Amino acid sequence: MRPFAYERATSAEDALARHEDGARYLGGGTNLVDLMRLGVEEPAKLVDVTGLAHDRIERTPDGTLLVGAAVTNSDLAADRTVREEFPMLSRAVLAGASGQLRNLATVGGNLLQRTRCSYFQDASKPCNKRNPGSGCPARDGEHHNLAVLGHSDACVATHPSDMAVALAALGASVRVVGRGGERTVPLGDFHRLPGAEPQRDTVLEPGDLVTAVVVPPLRMPAAYRKVRERASFAFALVSIAAALDVRDGTVRDARLALGGVAHKPWRAGRAEDVLRGAPATEETFARAADAELAAAEPLRDNAYKVPLARNLIVRTLAELGEGS
Amino acid sequence: MDSEATPVVAAIALVVNGTEHRLSVDTRASLLDVLREYLGLTGSKKGCDHGQCGACTVLLDGRRANSCLALAVAHDGAEIVTVEGLAEDGRLSPLQEAFIEQDAFQCGYCTPGQLCSATGMLNEAEQGWPSAITEDVAADPVLDDAEIRERMSGNLCRCGAYRGIVAALREVGGEGARP
Amino acid sequence: MTHRIEGREKVTGKARYAYEYPLEAPAYVSAVQAEAGKGEIVSVDAASARRLPGVLAVLSCENAPQLASRSNGELAVFQSRTVSYRGQFVAAVVAETLETAREAARLLRIEYAAEAPDVRLRDDHPGLYRPEEINTGVPADTEMGDPEAALSDSDVQVDVTYTTPAEHNNPMEPHTTVAHWNEDGSLTLYESTQGASTHQRTIARIFGLDREQVRVVSPHVGGGFGAKGTPRPNAVLAAMAAREVGRPVKFAVPRQQMYATTGYRTPTIQRLRLGAAADGTLNAIVHDVVEQTSTVREFAEQTAAPTRIMYRAPHRRTTHRVVALDVPTPSWMRAPGETPGMYALESALDELAAAAGIDPVELRIRNDTDHEPESGLPFSSRNLVACLREGAERFGWAGRDPAPRSRRAGRRLVGTGVAASTYPARLNPGRATARAEPDGTFTVRIAAADIGTGARTALALLAAETLKADLGRVRMEVGDSSFPTASVAGGSSGTASWGTAVVRACEALRERLNGAVPPEGVEASADTRDEVEAQERYARHAFGAQFAEVEVDVDTGEVRVSRMLGVFAAGRIVNPVTARSQFVGGMTMGIGMALMEESVMDERFGDYLNRDLAQYHVPACADVPDIEAVWLEESDPHLNPMGAKGIGEIGIVGAAAAIGNAVHHATGVRVRDLPITPPKLLARG
Repeated sequence: MRPFAYERATSAEDALARHEDGARYLGGGTNLVDLMRLGVEEPAKLVDVTGLAHDRIERTPDGTLLVGAAVTNSDLAADRTVREEFPMLSRAVLAGASGQLRNLATVGGNLLQRTRCSYFQDASKPCNKRNPGSGCPARDGEHHNLAVLGHSDACVATHPSDMAVALAALGASVRVVGRGGERTVPLGDFHRLPGAEPQRDTVLEPGDLVTAVVVPPLRMPAAYRKVRERASFAFALVSIAAALDVRDGTVRDARLALGGVAHKPWRAGRAEDVLRGAPATEETFARAADAELAAAEPLRDNAYKVPLARNLIVRTLAELGEGS
Repeated sequence: MDSEATPVVAAIALVVNGTEHRLSVDTRASLLDVLREYLGLTGSKKGCDHGQCGACTVLLDGRRANSCLALAVAHDGAEIVTVEGLAEDGRLSPLQEAFIEQDAFQCGYCTPGQLCSATGMLNEAEQGWPSAITEDVAADPVLDDAEIRERMSGNLCRCGAYRGIVAALREVGGEGARP
Repeated sequence: MTHRIEGREKVTGKARYAYEYPLEAPAYVSAVQAEAGKGEIVSVDAASARRLPGVLAVLSCENAPQLASRSNGELAVFQSRTVSYRGQFVAAVVAETLETAREAARLLRIEYAAEAPDVRLRDDHPGLYRPEEINTGVPADTEMGDPEAALSDSDVQVDVTYTTPAEHNNPMEPHTTVAHWNEDGSLTLYESTQGASTHQRTIARIFGLDREQVRVVSPHVGGGFGAKGTPRPNAVLAAMAAREVGRPVKFAVPRQQMYATTGYRTPTIQRLRLGAAADGTLNAIVHDVVEQTSTVREFAEQTAAPTRIMYRAPHRRTTHRVVALDVPTPSWMRAPGETPGMYALESALDELAAAAGIDPVELRIRNDTDHEPESGLPFSSRNLVACLREGAERFGWAGRDPAPRSRRAGRRLVGTGVAASTYPARLNPGRATARAEPDGTFTVRIAAADIGTGARTALALLAAETLKADLGRVRMEVGDSSFPTASVAGGSSGTASWGTAVVRACEALRERLNGAVPPEGVEASADTRDEVEAQERYARHAFGAQFAEVEVDVDTGEVRVSRMLGVFAAGRIVNPVTARSQFVGGMTMGIGMALMEESVMDERFGDYLNRDLAQYHVPACADVPDIEAVWLEESDPHLNPMGAKGIGEIGIVGAAAAIGNAVHHATGVRVRDLPITPPKLLARG
């Protein structure tokens, strides 16, 4: 690890002022420090933003949830309001990492965590995300847990977050403060598909600081389900965040997002379109799944993710439908 | 001399097991390495140095945390309890006793992390925190064996002492132990 | 029922592991791994590394001192420019702090003349050959009768190929050496090792020292599972570095580097052919094994060895073929040979049971034997059938519907499976001393290792029993090469081998004790070489039966083990508390082998890719149900003074087969390439 300066920011403005080329903001450090030790990240300076006043969870009168970027994953998952009003979010956060990691990791850091692709994490190998233009060995190499949707020739990585999948389904947005002032980015636009620039995970510009996540209220039964190769403490093969509002046998509204399938949390808009207004039957759910997964382009060793995602969509929606 | 290559040193204070330490640390030093190499508190273990095994788990400001991923410089002023601080006046904590009683370890290398994690986990359960397998996350969870297993999954044990670990936790803080 | 005598030290953090010995002004080592899969080192540019403040030395093939012995290529650290596999240690930095050492190591620029590595194991590899002998020194091939003809004559035939992947031991404590050269030219190593005596011998040879000039200290070892059974390059590198800088140095191999430098289980390709009469009686067994070794040195795992002893059949053959690939040398991992071999054999037996329409427990009982089928030797004791019957009774096997997919719980398919276990009961020679102190206590010493097995406690119990003293009066000291020579903690031989030496030393002491102990104490010692060599000829093996119940999610292919039972017959169990943990621990590792463990080789780069504990999955707490392990009373007069067989490895043997057989029973899908993961079940379901 290269030597670095460490500074503690006292406010968002202060953080911005301290940020410079080669600097990184430090939250819980559970991914950044990990990557620094691997030589994947080599910041010259860390600006610690855990002391900012972004450590609160609030609810506005209309039911919108405001989650500060410095709130730990544990505090988010254990928050009474979150558990009662947004149980799917609580469950998604709890499905990630381990208890002791969630105590350190922050909401902002969770959104900004990097892919766990083996090649990205190995500084001795090519990787377009780590070293643009060096190539993507994963495409023809080990990719059994990489993307089936929205990948490019340059990159087949997946985004590893569980929380972000729930936030995608919830239609959350991200508050960002940057040199140009404050702005709000819908979560669906926050993470990028790799395209020709896989080194950019998000739309953030250098120096941009995530300050909060805004979650509009959701008043329908919702679920988060994660499939993994170990019963706990493992990244998703595929995960799903789903909500379904069924009245008189008809789907009034639906929210669907998938994890483990793409470079970003995958909001399944095509499936939602099929669902809305259709009869709440397994046939509809299967049709919705197929509509979404028609665009899948599995690689040599990850085609299983397509039937897995399909099964997961149908089953989760069926269970939500039964509960309505 | 290339200034980038010179280690950056920072002065910090840590309260470890009730004792305050003032020290200068390399900004790159993890809390784990500071405990082990600077303070000689070698109870906390390095199994992976990447937050993937849990052997380095300590209580950081009252909560369990992977000390290998925590930069010491970022925790100036923190209160830390390590495995060396779990016994009071030479009297083992009920968890430590239960670990011996249930043979909840073999090689012992993951044990300090298991104990600190378990201590933190029981506090979390006491506060009503749910887990990924809690049926209704809005309700207060009941700490049955499945809950214990899920909540302790951040601490790997290659010897396979999970049976004893679960038994020890069941005895001290599980469903059956509740009044 | 005796709890670990070092338990208090372990739960309070006072137990010292290798890295933790306080030494004056230690320096820190960070090693660099080859980034070529094969080739030559052209140059090592250390200029920018050396410029870092705090760097004390850079070592590589360009400046490393010549070692006295280079016969073991894995330990000939920096002795040539040849890169034999990606990840091999090619350079190292010694620095004032760990942070500086690591950063300097990263700044080294090494240029390679690289060639494409040959790393893929396949059963048609042109380089396959028959090794002179395989691990444990037995022949590579055996044959009796006319197996080919017998196979084609059999009513029921099974011809199946199983593959197992490379697997890594992954003890929680990384391989660690703290090296310190003393003023008299002797070397002290605080080491994470399974064998202080063997380690001492090897290191002394490599550095051209007398054995007595090397001391290896290792009272607590954070797991090994075979990976610490032989010295690894970290020990040589640390000793070299300490001499170079004239200070003690500390080197713990980072987890990621362990995957290339500390050993692993070879991948295997195993073809099993069974021929049986309609009633299930075996007529022929053929077990052909293909596995890998490295170009550095040969390691040929004895994968088909258990097939030579398990079941009666007049016609039989076992073969082992290895190919030297551009890979790290495979080595011991918990029950080498038996673990992959019994996975294949016991899975094939299940396939035969299905093909013949015979209950798999009954099939095994029907093919039991009272003598070792190939050697003809009688078994000193063999209670496989009793284990199967006891296990079936306890597990509730009776009335099981053998049809796959016959049990369901909601969206989960439920199935049960059985497999047999076996492991040789070995006895190695060694020494021990027992000493009566004037204060009425005893000190017993042996250079044995307690890597978590409970050896310290078991030996203390044996000493107390022999001395007719309270356990509290016995001080049991292990893990130091200055103690009497002991064999390695491997091959499940510890309790038998060290126990014999301890019992004999204690017996000798008792004979010398009469009346008050003089101020200087009374000491007696024992050397068991003659006793071990005088052993009668018997086939000595422990046996067991494992039963597993699994639940498989029909939508996701996730497999969870819901129940697991092991019944073992392993002679006298010296300490039930630690013995149960050993059995259960082995079975837990078997869950890993069955469902998740796999080191993935990248054929272009030539290294195992998933080299950390987030990518290489070992079972977590949530994966492991309340595994039950029980044992039968077994009295065997042909073993050792204790009547004990080894128990450290048998728990993993057969576990993966029992789980795989249960998955087949649940789903109807026979996955023959471990591990059994959701992708495989979804693709084939």
